[in-house]
Formats: sequence, structure tokens, C-alpha cells
Amino acid sequence: MPKDTGIGASTRRREDVRFLKGKGQYTDDIPPAHDQAAAVFARSTVANGVIKSIDTSVAESMPGVLAVFTGADFADVGGNPAGWLINSRDGEPMKEPKRPVLAHGKVRHVGDAYAAVIAETEKQARDAVEAIEADIEELPAIMDVKAALTSDNFVHDEIGTNQCFDWGWIEDNRRATDDAIKGAAHVTTLELVNNRLVPNAMEPRCSMASYKESSDEYTLHTTSQNPHLTRLLISAFVMGIPENKLTVIAPDVGGGFGSKIYHYGEEALVLAAAKRVGRTVKWTSDRTEAFLTDAHGRDHVTKIELATDAEGNFLAFRTETYANVGAYLSNFATATPTFLHGTLMAGNYTVPNVYVNVKAVFTNTAPVDAYRGAGRPEATYSLERVIDKCARELGMDPIALRRKNFIKPDQYPFASAAGLEYDSGNYDALMDKMEEVADVAGFAARRKASESKGMLRGFGVNAYVEACGIAPSNLVGVLGSRVGLYDAATVRVNATGNLSVMVGAHSHGQGHETVFPQIVSDMLGIDAQSIDIVHGDTSKIPFGMGTYGSRSLAVCGSAVVRATEKIIAKAKKIAGHMLEAADTDIEFKDGQFSVVGTNKSVSFGEVALKAYIPHNFPIEDIEPGLEETAFYDPANFTFPSGAYCCEVEVDPDTGKVRVDRMTAVDDFGNVMNPMIVTGQVHGGLGQGIGQALLEAARYNEDGQLESASYMDYAMPRADDLPFYIVDHSQGTPCTHNPLGAKGCGEAGAIGSPPTVVNAVIDALQSGGKNVTHIDMPLTPHRVWSAMNNA
Amino acid sequence: MNLSDTKTIDADRATVYAALLNAEVLQACVPGCQEMTGSPESGFEAVVVQKVGPVKATFKGAVQLSEMVEPESLTITGEGKGGAAGFAKGGAKVRLEADGDQTILHYDVEAKVGGKLAQLGSRIIDGFAKKMADQFFSNFQDALGTPSQEVAATAEAAPEQKKGWFRKLVKS
Repeated sequence: MPKDTGIGASTRRREDVRFLKGKGQYTDDIPPAHDQAAAVFARSTVANGVIKSIDTSVAESMPGVLAVFTGADFADVGGNPAGWLINSRDGEPMKEPKRPVLAHGKVRHVGDAYAAVIAETEKQARDAVEAIEADIEELPAIMDVKAALTSDNFVHDEIGTNQCFDWGWIEDNRRATDDAIKGAAHVTTLELVNNRLVPNAMEPRCSMASYKESSDEYTLHTTSQNPHLTRLLISAFVMGIPENKLTVIAPDVGGGFGSKIYHYGEEALVLAAAKRVGRTVKWTSDRTEAFLTDAHGRDHVTKIELATDAEGNFLAFRTETYANVGAYLSNFATATPTFLHGTLMAGNYTVPNVYVNVKAVFTNTAPVDAYRGAGRPEATYSLERVIDKCARELGMDPIALRRKNFIKPDQYPFASAAGLEYDSGNYDALMDKMEEVADVAGFAARRKASESKGMLRGFGVNAYVEACGIAPSNLVGVLGSRVGLYDAATVRVNATGNLSVMVGAHSHGQGHETVFPQIVSDMLGIDAQSIDIVHGDTSKIPFGMGTYGSRSLAVCGSAVVRATEKIIAKAKKIAGHMLEAADTDIEFKDGQFSVVGTNKSVSFGEVALKAYIPHNFPIEDIEPGLEETAFYDPANFTFPSGAYCCEVEVDPDTGKVRVDRMTAVDDFGNVMNPMIVTGQVHGGLGQGIGQALLEAARYNEDGQLESASYMDYAMPRADDLPFYIVDHSQGTPCTHNPLGAKGCGEAGAIGSPPTVVNAVIDALQSGGKNVTHIDMPLTPHRVWSAMNNA
Repeated sequence: MNLSDTKTIDADRATVYAALLNAEVLQACVPGCQEMTGSPESGFEAVVVQKVGPVKATFKGAVQLSEMVEPESLTITGEGKGGAAGFAKGGAKVRLEADGDQTILHYDVEAKVGGKLAQLGSRIIDGFAKKMADQFFSNFQDALGTPSQEVAATAEAAPEQKKGWFRKLVKS
């Protein structure tokens, strides 16, 4: 019988009570401080330009204006850094041009802020921004990643190139890969574009800062997925504010998808302004600013080759990718196209040779960084599209070809040709389950039914493996990470027996407030309702690295387990004292501490009370109190995997694609709350189908973002999506973390785009159209054009 | 964005050419123009209020005339800055062809927009630019006199102006 509490139960999300009632408290909802002022930014309307002069004198004299900032005010403070050092193939470190708080000397993308006004009201600040006279000489925009590499027009003149790095992975495997491709019986080549996306979190970014002169302390409320990381970046790199003088609070956050991992200049600006004007200063992004300045996702141009022998055994994958990093390096911009992408380019396969080349290129566009999936969707898309094309060329069934090359369950731990060691998995079991729950056998009949309506029906399949639970600090340190990627939890048992659990992970849709108590209540045998999660406030929680890369459960959840284990160990000592027995003789079960072999026992609540009212307490042996902290640094990545399929109907007259059936069978290891996991998969599938069919951030050749509103940027809506079949019954536990959990936040967005595209190609082929590839998004126009040019 | 068209104007080439250099005519013909000062030699300064889709703004701009071959052709280039609304810039190559007592005006317009205009208006900018150009040349026809068969079609564009007022002005 399904449990309604504890690990494995579909406990309803307790946070939804406040969200559904409209009682969530987001940064912009915080009641205005008595001294609150507003910040509004002046943003470039050109993609590339020299700032000749900025005259702020009129703006400064306007009603309500408290201060006007320009880039000159921040010339002496640090830049916002990239978190990961990548070395090029020739050993040269990547190029790291400074990313200033406000543009100085040059503006480098439309939306690049070059000035900011602080005024009594937002309206007054907006009026004053209008009065800033900026003489900006427009230069030709650098937009195309390939042309940028041969251009002598630079996004950053001081580095004399538009190439950030030219990375090879693994460089030592290059020759063997080249040789394998040269000698192969069959080589399939595919050129594709992984389309640029705008994250579109429902809540736009918002930052509010205050400064207390008496103690020289700053407080920043901001929309962040990782308040400690934001504090570290501001303190150590940008502003130099000591960490103990800066509190960063990320209250309820309405979606992140990666875009709120990063530190943005607006946060530094409101901090500086709060000190200068001695007021609370708030900035709230409008939707246009979100389109222009939130870090975008994807934007890869890739050529991939797959070499096989005559029987379809994979011999080598080789890719060449141009990754657009935009105008400035966002914090994870260099890790996303490299170690979160290249290391997954062996996929689920025993392929012996993999070589990945990634050239990261500066352009006059918004910065590009991790977006739900972060590098793994790009890897999976390239692999699973070329495998599909290969199957067609070899005349093989796409499922059979994949199965033929799958890593088998008895091969774990498996060292992939792209350099990672997968700890567990069973890709055939996932595929079996997928064929069953998707009723693949019934496809032929459904195709007939579609054809009788005049529609083309296609079946698309995909297998993925990704790396989550980032990350083992020792490993990522060797690979160039400038931070560690552990997480932390403090379990505080209060005197009356209820618990506060302070976690480094941040919940902005993931349901931590529900799931972490499920784990702790299971371990302590107490009611989950007596456990509360505290997150998002650096003054309350231990130093954790936050939430991204599907890491919260695998890394922070493991820290929660370790801290709770420490609680149990200490509680046993206290119970042993209370029961006059050695702690080694104490057994803990269902919330009761008992002496083995006797009926003597004390409850968890009694032990908690004793810890805080330590009368008759062995203070020489046991400290009072019951509070423990654990930092958990994972031994390896976790490797969720899955088998996805979908069926589409294509209208041959219009090119309109409708996803009719979508099946996601995932291995997330042990599942803590199946309902929440299903919800995470649903969200990921929506974003993945959005990428496949609808979404595209489009700049014109002058660098103007033409898809900067919901009139022109097509988000998936309910009627674009089918009912999903989601299954996670085939989990193989992670072998190296205490929960056996792998991570589920990004899988849907990783597995679904190639599945949809494969299905559309299959539909067109079934209609006699020799179309082998269409770049996403598969709009009716693109599909129709491909059909009519085939 | 590029667009080309021709308009027949009920006036000779010299009159049409002179009108194109006249700040008063330009102010009357540029849709939404609030101010137009300057001269053909030094260029014109203009203030134009326009609404493009959801974006309404006051554009302050400079207009330059070049490649002037009287009375055959000239090039008009300009840039308008609309503050937070962004900017519009572009040019028109104008060629005048005599056709009896009338003049056939050929124009090729190239226009670019940036900032909020591009972000919110790219879908509608082509239609907007065409409307602006049509209105300008319709107003211009009105100022100089419209061939009778076209009067009905353009009468709505500038009902407050008497037809052919510029020609009356220069001929009086």
C-alpha cells in the first residue's frame, strides 16, 4: 500500500498551500520599506557601440532623483567572473574580458545597462532615465558565431579576438577518433543548430538592497537560486564587501531554470546605491528587460559524425561545436558547453572513441549560460539525432540500433569514452518499459488511423544519460572549477521536539519544503509536520552552493541525511545516559530509543527536551543541545537516464506538428516523492517540446532582439502539449550517495527535443518526403518548406 | 526593411523638387511631425510623435539631404531617437520623372529600428513603415495637387489641408 508520509510517499506539497492562495512572498512582494527608493536602468538600444559621452546633468536635476550612476562609478571595482577556467587545446587559458557592473567605454548588446537612476519613485526614475543624454556611436554588430572568428571587429577590443576558447575533449583521443572515422564502414554526418532560448521564469528578476551605517552591514533580497554563491561573487570578486557584512536573502522565487543562478550587475548596483543614498533601493525587471538581459540558453551550431561498422556497432562520435556565449561570460557560461556537454558525448553507449571540439565565441548578444539541462540537452540532441539518421541510412530499427550499442547492466561501473564513470543504470530495462507503457506495438494501427484522416504520423525515440548531482569538488577542481560543489545542512532539534532544518539548496519550484522533511521524518520516526525547512537566507543557513544541475536531493539531501545521522548518534548518547546504558546498546526505531533486549525506552521528544534542559546531565561527556551540521561533497556525479518516445501528427497541407503521445521512462535512482518527480518531468517535457516546436530567441543582423515579447516568442501552452505517460519504476540506485538518488529536475527538457524531432522526420519520411533534418523550432513554416523542397 | 513605390503628382518636376526641400512642406507631410526646422544645406531638425503598435514616443531626429541633382533626384537620410522607445533610422532615394504636366515620383526606402521598437514592433514594423511612407507621399500629393482620379482615395489622409496649397503658395 502506498505510504502517505516518509521516503517514497507522494506527500502533497506543503508550499503549494501558500502559493495557491497567492500568499507566496517574492522579493517584489516585500512590503516597501519606509525609506524605499527605486532604481531604473538606462539600457543600450544598439548591439555594439562606443560610448562617446553620457550627460546625466538634466536627469540629476529632475524631481525625486537621488543619484545617477554610470560605468565610471564602477571602474575601480571588480568584474563579475566566470566560475570555470577552460584551457584551449593549445594550453592557452580562455579569454576573460571584464564584465562590469555598468557598461563602460562600450555597450555590447541590446539591453546592456550603461547608467542607472535612483529616485523616490519608479516613475520618477523612468522619467530621469529618459533625460540621460548618451552619445553612443553604433558599430556593426557581431552576430554570427562562425563569421565572428574571422572578423577584425571585436566584441572586446582588449582581447583582440572573438574566440573565448577552443576546447578539445579529450584531446588525447583525437587521433584515435579521426582514425576510427576514416576506416569506418559507415559514417553519418549531421549539421544542426541547438536553438537559442529565453528562460522566461514567471517571476522576473528583482533585487532590493539596504545598508545599515551603524554596523556597516548590507542586506540584499534577490531572486536567486543560490544566495551563498551570489554573496561569494559579490564579496570576493565584484564589490569587496566582507561576507560577514552582507546578508543575501532569496525568499520565494518564481522559477529559475538556471537563469537565477548567476550574479547580475543589477544586484551590485542596488547595493552600491543603497550605501550612497542611504536608502533601501529596489529594482524590478520588467518583462522586456527579462528577455534582453536574463542569461539565455543553448545556442550551439554543431556538426556531428557517427562512425559505425557494417553491423551498426558504434565506433566513434566526433563533434565540432560553435557555442555562442554572448557579449560577456556569465558565471557558468564556460562550464556549460564544455564539462556539462562534452563529457556526455558518449551517451548511453559503449562507443570506444569520442572527440568533442567546442569553440566558444563572443557575440553582441545577451550572455548565454546554463538553462534547464545545461549542456546535456545539447549533447543528447546531437547524439540522438545523428543516431536516428544513422539508423535510417543503415535501414535498421532505431530502437534496435540503440539497444545494440547500449552499455549493459553488468558493465557498471562503466568508464565512458568521454571521460566519466557511470555508476549505475539499465538502459535496456528503460527501453523495455517504454515499449510497454507507450504501446509501441500499437503504433502501426495508430499511423493508419492518422493516415485515414490525411495526416502523417511519426514515431520518435531517444535514449539519454546525463550527469547530475554536481559535483565532486576534487574532480571539478582539476577540471577548472573555481568553486567547490558540496552542499550543507543543519538539523536543529528544538527543545520541544520539533525541528528546523537549514539547507544550502534553494527551492523555487522543486518542493524541498515537502521532500526534505519526508527524509528526516523517515529517519527519526517523527511526524513530518513537526519539521520545517529553512532556506534562502545566508544569515540562517550553512554555506551551501544552491540549486541547479538537478543537485538538491543528491547533494543537499545527502547532507540532510548526514546531519540527521549525527543527530541520531548524539541522541543515542543522551538516551543511553537517561536509560543508564551504553550508547552502543541503544537501538533507535520508530522514534523510540530503547536498550537492546529490554523494554526500557525513551522517546525522541524526551531526549530532545533532555538535551536542552540538561539537569543531571553528563556535561563532561556530552554537550547540551541537539543540533548538527553536515557538509556533503559527492564522490561522483549521478547519472540519471531515460528512454523517451513520442508520436506526432503532421498536417501535410500546413506543416503543423501536433504531439499526440509523449512517454518518458526515467531512471532517477531512488525516488523520494513520486508525485513531485512526475511534476518535475512534466515541466521539463513542456520546456523541451517548447524548444522543439515553438521557442526561438531571434536577433536580426543588427543585433536587435526581435522576439522580445510574448507576441513574438512562442511559449508552449496547454493546447500544445499532450497528456504525458511518465514512469520511473526502473530506477537503479545511485551507488555513492546515502539516498541512492540521482536527480530529476532537468531530464524532461533533455530527453524530449530529439524525440520530437525524430518523430517529425519519421512522419515526413512515411509521407514519401526525403527530409533528413529540420532545425528547431519545427514551426509549420519550416516543416512545410522542408516537405516542399524535398 | 525595404520598400519601393511610385506616386504621380500633379505638378512639374521643379515644383516637386522645391517642395521636397521645404521645411514647411515636410512638416505638413511627415505624419505626426510637430516641428521641422532647418534648411536643405544644413539639414533639418524634426520632432515627430508616433505610435508603433504598443510603443508611443516622441522622436527627435536629424534629416540630411544628399546626392542632390536638381530637379531629378535626391537622397534623404535621417535618424530619430525615441529615448526608451528606441530609434528609427533610414533613408529614401527619390527620383522624379517628368510625365507631361505631371511628375512621377519613385522612391526606395530603407529603414531600420532598434530598441523597444524592434523588440515589440518587429512583427508590425514593415506595415508601419509602409503606412508612414504612403501617408507622407499622400500628404505630399495633397500639398502639390493630386491627379483627379486619386483624390478620392487619399482625401481622408489630410482632410484639414486644402488640396494643392503648396503650389498656390509658390505661384502666388
